[in-house]
Amino acid sequence: MTTQKKKKSYSARITKKEGLDLLKNADLLGLGSMADGMRKALHPHNKVSFIIDRNINYTNVCINKCKFCAFYRNADASDAYVLSKRKLFNKIRETIKHGGTQILMQGGLHPDLGLDYYVDLLKSIKAKFPIHVHGFSPPEITYISKTSGLSISDTLLTLQEAGLNSIPGGGAEILSDRVRKKVSPKKIMSKQWLKVMEEAHKIGMKTTATMMFGSVEGPEDIIEHLDAIRRLQDKTEGFTAFIPWSFQPGNTELFQNSKFKIQTPATGVEYLRVLALSRVYLDNIPNVQASWVTQGLKMAQVALRFGANDFGSTMLEENVVAAAGVKYIAAVNDIIQAVRGGGFQPVQRDMYYNIISENL
Amino acid sequence: MPLKKIEKKILSGKRLTSEDALACFESSDIFTLGRLANHVAQKLNGNNAYFVQNHHINPTNICVNRCKFCAFSKSRGDKGAYEMSIKDIVKKLKGQVGQRKGTKTAGTAKLRHKGTEGFSEVHIVGGLHPDWGLDHYVEILQKIKEHFPSLHIKAFTAVEIDYFAKISGLSLKNTLTALKNAGLESMPGGGAEIFNARVRNKICPEKINAGKWLKVMETAHSVGIKTNATMLYGHLEKYKHRVEHMLKLRNLQDKTGGFQAFIPLAFHPKNTNIDNAQYTSGIDDLKTIAISRLFLDNFPHIKAYWIMLGAKIAQLALCFGADDLDGTIVEEKITKSAGALSGSAMTKSELINLIEKAGKVPVERDSFYQALTK
Repeated sequence: MTTQKKKKSYSARITKKEGLDLLKNADLLGLGSMADGMRKALHPHNKVSFIIDRNINYTNVCINKCKFCAFYRNADASDAYVLSKRKLFNKIRETIKHGGTQILMQGGLHPDLGLDYYVDLLKSIKAKFPIHVHGFSPPEITYISKTSGLSISDTLLTLQEAGLNSIPGGGAEILSDRVRKKVSPKKIMSKQWLKVMEEAHKIGMKTTATMMFGSVEGPEDIIEHLDAIRRLQDKTEGFTAFIPWSFQPGNTELFQNSKFKIQTPATGVEYLRVLALSRVYLDNIPNVQASWVTQGLKMAQVALRFGANDFGSTMLEENVVAAAGVKYIAAVNDIIQAVRGGGFQPVQRDMYYNIISENL
Repeated sequence: MPLKKIEKKILSGKRLTSEDALACFESSDIFTLGRLANHVAQKLNGNNAYFVQNHHINPTNICVNRCKFCAFSKSRGDKGAYEMSIKDIVKKLKGQVGQRKGTKTAGTAKLRHKGTEGFSEVHIVGGLHPDWGLDHYVEILQKIKEHFPSLHIKAFTAVEIDYFAKISGLSLKNTLTALKNAGLESMPGGGAEIFNARVRNKICPEKINAGKWLKVMETAHSVGIKTNATMLYGHLEKYKHRVEHMLKLRNLQDKTGGFQAFIPLAFHPKNTNIDNAQYTSGIDDLKTIAISRLFLDNFPHIKAYWIMLGAKIAQLALCFGADDLDGTIVEEKITKSAGALSGSAMTKSELINLIEKAGKVPVERDSFYQALTK
């Protein structure tokens, strides 16, 4: 196959058409081997990194109500919440105690929380703790900008000044509006997601990018997504990592409503195929994460040979995927063992992929 | 390229030596191993991947052996020790069929229609119960056959057979013949663990040794009972012990031809007595599947037992030389006791989906790998 020959040198970029052909037709091991070769070329040291952090979901109230989400609540639901500062600080204290260096703050689009709330939250965290705040995905940033009347850029600058360090790549789902209109019609569309990221990169904020596949998209949508990310990265170089993961159907409208025709969640083979293609396609993004939270530790180990070079976060706490009934609980030690078992040296990193500790 | 020589052998249909197999284990080139194993699997079974609708019965967890790697067994009087009466067993089988059909009393009739709705196989293994005699096991078989005449009974590991022979004072051959006459049609491959004596003595000193296990299988094959063979890996053994294990199986298979499937079993560490034990890595699981496909050239089938590997790795194993996912396995207890990473049952449509998404053709089989047609 000419595509494979071309990629052997890891120099020539694959086109959209070639990417689509690989996704649809390449045999799994051939594609995996290409991705593995590319991973080795980019990360020749045989180290696999992870970050010790905690996912803090400050509220589950959300006006977006995406059909693939099992986490959101209406404001008047009996189990709706906004985390108090006391609880939040306790969580951060615990995180630091467990060797954590970062918190990942994400939440719903709460109609009553304005820019002031976020500024105050960030300032009070930063006043108390030496911790990296990776927070607020593009839908949240957009919502805050809308409710405050500020531009995206000014919103980001305000949050940055208050202590926000970087932005997670959530809310990307599939960057194809055809799909978004079906599964998350109220969520920001592709262009807006990309715009927030571009603005963030412009003011020197690094971000990650995710992709949720396995819902109602087709292979073309996945390619569209990867291509949009690759194009923006050419321009800004602001993405540190790409994180593909598969739709977890438990307790979601998307799965329960038969009109969407999702009979089964993405299987392991499909996950690896998308992961490997991502590694090959996104030649300008340095890191690709394995998603042990959605795939389990064993598959995450295998993912290290299908393009991934990072194990993501230890997730001392994770609520969103758990709400969909998926619980792969892993302690830091389990992650270290899993990386070693996969044949790699585990190293602890920060958000910028600087190695913090090799003696694990 | 260290696998070049092995690739040449495989592509020209030559048998691998133990040294070759060891070199495969020591290689990190999972892609070449997978590709070659898939090549062999294709030659033997085309693009087929098999599954069976089966039901597991573990009649008792009371066991005189108490192996260190086992989280299932109990001693009599222990909390959680249980024994099922023959009535319980029959009821359980009936109840399952009923449940699956959504009716209360679907019962026998449905099971006669193999391959449509019902289960075609029951898999029975259990502890070595201190009080039950051979006649009890004979009766289990007879009663099941009485209620479900067309249900295939795959039952009793070599360890159990040896125990039955001992407690009944019969020879292995007579024991097996008695069971066969009562309805035993094939045997699973459990209890093989790892054949190497040094490792075996560490993990299951009370269990029959390799020679005995192989003897039981040879005898079973000689009286016309087909069996499987397993290998428990990922505990204290080294790669060379895995190769030694597979070589013994290959040699016996050359002699008898009585093995149907080889089933590598990934060790599960929870609630066992093995020090510092861990789950095997997904990569090791895939390599072991692939290498067994390459080395055991006289075994028609390699089974990726999803309950042990998890559905995701088992599916992936279909791209690494495996051609069988086992089955629906309603209610498995043994792996579950040791921290199974999988659920305890899968539906037919889930199995079919996994197989299709791996690019294989799903074939529902009977216990002898004959395709069941609607």
